[in-house]
Amino acid sequence: MAIATDPAKAPETAASPRRLAASYVLEYTYRRSVGPVIGRFLGALRDGRIEGVRTASGKVMVPPSEYDPETSEALSEFVAVGDAGVVTTWAWVSEPRPRQPLAKPFAWALIKLDGADTPLLHAVDAGTIDAMSTGMRVKVRWRAERKGGIGDIECFVPEGGAR
Amino acid sequence: MSEPIRKIEAPVRLEFTVEAGRALTRFLSSIVEERIVGRRCPECTKVYVPARSSCPTCGVPMSEDVTVADTGTLTTFCIVNVPFEGQTMKLPYVYGAIVLDGADLPILHLVQGIPANEVRMGLRVKAEWTPPEERPASLEAIRWFTPSGEPDAPFDAYKEHL
Repeated sequence: MAIATDPAKAPETAASPRRLAASYVLEYTYRRSVGPVIGRFLGALRDGRIEGVRTASGKVMVPPSEYDPETSEALSEFVAVGDAGVVTTWAWVSEPRPRQPLAKPFAWALIKLDGADTPLLHAVDAGTIDAMSTGMRVKVRWRAERKGGIGDIECFVPEGGAR
Repeated sequence: MSEPIRKIEAPVRLEFTVEAGRALTRFLSSIVEERIVGRRCPECTKVYVPARSSCPTCGVPMSEDVTVADTGTLTTFCIVNVPFEGQTMKLPYVYGAIVLDGADLPILHLVQGIPANEVRMGLRVKAEWTPPEERPASLEAIRWFTPSGEPDAPFDAYKEHL
């Protein structure tokens, strides 16, 4: 931990001598193994496709799960789904934080892709909060350089491009 | 089918601004002047180094600054033999609890200038200060502690500080 003085932080007065402040970063540089199912999902994203997995009762989960949430059986039947879908719920982020998907205001949304039965959490670049609504159609905006992560989807945008 | 992904980078990163507060600011602004400042509890009379604003045992505010020596006694220590990321010291090295003369609570610091297998409880040590022009406002103002050459402190002299 490095401690540095920052005179701008607290002006010195007789009653309150200047106090020290320092920036401090706590970081864990984790590298996770993702397993065979998410690994295949991410590999497909890199190639510009979205894949889910079919459960015993016929539902398609996107993102896929390694195990059937109803029967606990291992899952392996992958299904390609559409790159557009419906917003099932959302929250507006008026002041994005560093390292969030977009630097301008956006929505976090659960998006049920065409052909999927479970929703995917991602960002929607709608421009303004007024352009957001539950039930709206959105489609993927792919990142140009993809490397096999959820960030390969840059965000979703309103279908028809109304922004 | 695409080539599956095996691993992803998933760092966790938290960025803080740490405010030292009045007592720790006293300590940190003194240490760059080669003085080590603690505070004495008005109830139990223990001297805490680094200075803190209240006594954690008695729960009362502490306001009496006490300058302690840059010499002290090594009470307990560990020998670090395992390399880890970000390590700067050559293995093996010693990290120990040092009760400075005039203080009642130990600080943790490096012990150098003696082979690791000769380090012992009760070893008398002295601070080796960094040059003033490159001295940080932190405990790293002291580069490490080295043997002072005095005879070892008897166990009774530091048993209360373990």
